[in-house]
Amino acid sequence: MIVFALYIAIFAVSWLLVKLLVHRALNDFTARKTVTFGDESAVRPSRIASVVSILTIFLLWGAFTGSHWVPKFLHAPGPFVGDASFTYTAEAEGVAPDEATVIVRVFPVGEESADPEVDPGEGWAKNDAASIGAWRSGLVRVDENDDYGRDAGHRVVAVNGQPIAPGTSVDTEHGRVGMSPKGTLNFEPAKGWQMEPIWLPAPEAVVARLGDIARDGYRDSTLWEHLGWSLFRVIAGFFFGALIGIPLGYAMGLSDWFRGWFDPIVEFMRPVPPLALIPLVIIWAGIGEAGKIILLFLAALWIMAIAARSGVSGVKISKVHAAYSLGASKVQILRHVIIPNSLPDIFTGARVAMGVCWGTVVAAELVAAEKGAGMMIMVASKFQLTDIVIMGIILIGVIGFGIDMLMRVAERRLVPWKGRG
Amino acid sequence: MSGLSIQNLSMRFDLPNGSSVQALQDVSLDLAQGELLSVLGPSGCGKTTLLNIVAGFLAPTEGRILLNGHEVRGPAAERGMVFQQGALFEWMNVRDNVSFGPRMAGKRERDYGATVDHLLEVVGLRDFKEKAVYELSGGMQQRVALARCLANDPDVILMDEPLGALDALTREKMQSLVLKLWKETGKTIILITHSVEEALLLGERLLVMAPRPGRIHREYRLPFADLGAGQDLRAVKKHPDFATKREEILGMIWDMEEEIMGRSERAGAPA
Repeated sequence: MIVFALYIAIFAVSWLLVKLLVHRALNDFTARKTVTFGDESAVRPSRIASVVSILTIFLLWGAFTGSHWVPKFLHAPGPFVGDASFTYTAEAEGVAPDEATVIVRVFPVGEESADPEVDPGEGWAKNDAASIGAWRSGLVRVDENDDYGRDAGHRVVAVNGQPIAPGTSVDTEHGRVGMSPKGTLNFEPAKGWQMEPIWLPAPEAVVARLGDIARDGYRDSTLWEHLGWSLFRVIAGFFFGALIGIPLGYAMGLSDWFRGWFDPIVEFMRPVPPLALIPLVIIWAGIGEAGKIILLFLAALWIMAIAARSGVSGVKISKVHAAYSLGASKVQILRHVIIPNSLPDIFTGARVAMGVCWGTVVAAELVAAEKGAGMMIMVASKFQLTDIVIMGIILIGVIGFGIDMLMRVAERRLVPWKGRG
Repeated sequence: MSGLSIQNLSMRFDLPNGSSVQALQDVSLDLAQGELLSVLGPSGCGKTTLLNIVAGFLAPTEGRILLNGHEVRGPAAERGMVFQQGALFEWMNVRDNVSFGPRMAGKRERDYGATVDHLLEVVGLRDFKEKAVYELSGGMQQRVALARCLANDPDVILMDEPLGALDALTREKMQSLVLKLWKETGKTIILITHSVEEALLLGERLLVMAPRPGRIHREYRLPFADLGAGQDLRAVKKHPDFATKREEILGMIWDMEEEIMGRSERAGAPA
């Protein structure tokens, strides 16, 4: 909630600031438009907003994980680290209630630490020492060193002077003291607002992990092998899907028999999410490469068939008529009119298919694989290696984005006439 | 026997709602080699259907078409077609569009190259050979379409409102170009148009068609195309006969339109 509120606040404040402070001297045609609300063409993405947006995400990430990349004064309050203390009041049979102090050393997780030295003090209840890692909690057996133990009816009745009973708790300066059903005290140091690294590691930890894995690999394969296998599966599956799907789509666009025969199949298979096919593909083809490529083939096949079919139906009849009356044969019309005319649709389909294939391959690797980006993050998650999980997600996103950009560049190069017919 | 002969053409087809349409009824017409016929009529008079049948894109229910003595069955290179717009191939540059017909016929560059370049010169696109067709203006695109059709050297050129989408100024220039090409090449041309003025200017013969069923209403022989071939079309329009004919034909078409409107109003009125 705090993070969300902060995010909204940064959004609004930076908007106001930029509106007030930045006046770029734009003098092109769009800048002269007075009606911009409702005119989509007049809405140009504010580059400043994009930069601030990305910085904000990293800032919030860094601030709530205590990153070294974010100045200290911007850090959200971290967990308490140091010596915390509280007093308890104990009762035992036959003696007056006595009071003693507990000193708890809270240390950063991962560092060595020993219990602090304490003077046992006066009275039958002795002072205690304990050490607990930050973000953790620990039981403190205060009765163990006292003169009257549990067999003598030792019972803690108050902490810092406030009464306590099993199931209730008392807030102290640096944390909270609770009581277990059996009457043992349980100290929970204040956690602050920062995320624990096993939930969300700091950005530099993710980068460091990326360096480690790029150098040493993970699970017997290098990072590039993991990513390369995922990419290879996508490309192989997409290739076979296009190889069958495009001619199938053409046939459906050109022949009534093909259209009638395959329409029910294509229309049925199209809405089936490829992920739903994973179990069946595993049953039939196992968890090896063949199964994954079959799955991706099926993911790409229907998309490419539909793209090719709509490419054929999208051809203006006047172009086909013109070609016939210029003396072209059926084969020539296919080669010189229908195929080039369908290329823009096929490219659009290919972009969609590549996106779907990339998503499907990661999901399939999550289920079962020996190598691959999805397998990497799945295995890491089982060992609570959150930094690898986050690194993997970022890499998967970057690659998916890269594939789409490459497809767009290829589209602009190869079908410059798109949308100009 | 040379020329185009349209014999007792009828076209009737069923609609999805069970009724049927008589698009053409008993249309007969003979065109000699080198004649320019313009066809005019209110919408629904079957003029586009007639052209599509001549082109071979539609098969008539009755009657037949003979070109140079043999019957037309399906589209062929002997009958070239110029469409209103959107019939160029965007994935080819201007020159490849124009040379499409010869290339499909398997001719070599050295056989068709000179013709194609000459045609591009004639239609004024010499400097645009390598341009993509989507970079050209509408008028230039229609010049490409004309050149593409001529490069294939057809016997008959069929034009389906080829200038319909152009602005008035470009349209006038293109009308002169059509006349010039007609005179130079001596092709038989059938031109469909919505504009009475264009039909009068370009039509050596003019056919006014009537709707429901589509049929020939009246035929004219006109001197204006010959007059216009050598001179400014605006001078032709000042010819006294021109204004008379235009009013006469406009009145004719107005009457037909009113009749259709009246008929549909009556049909729509409650009994």
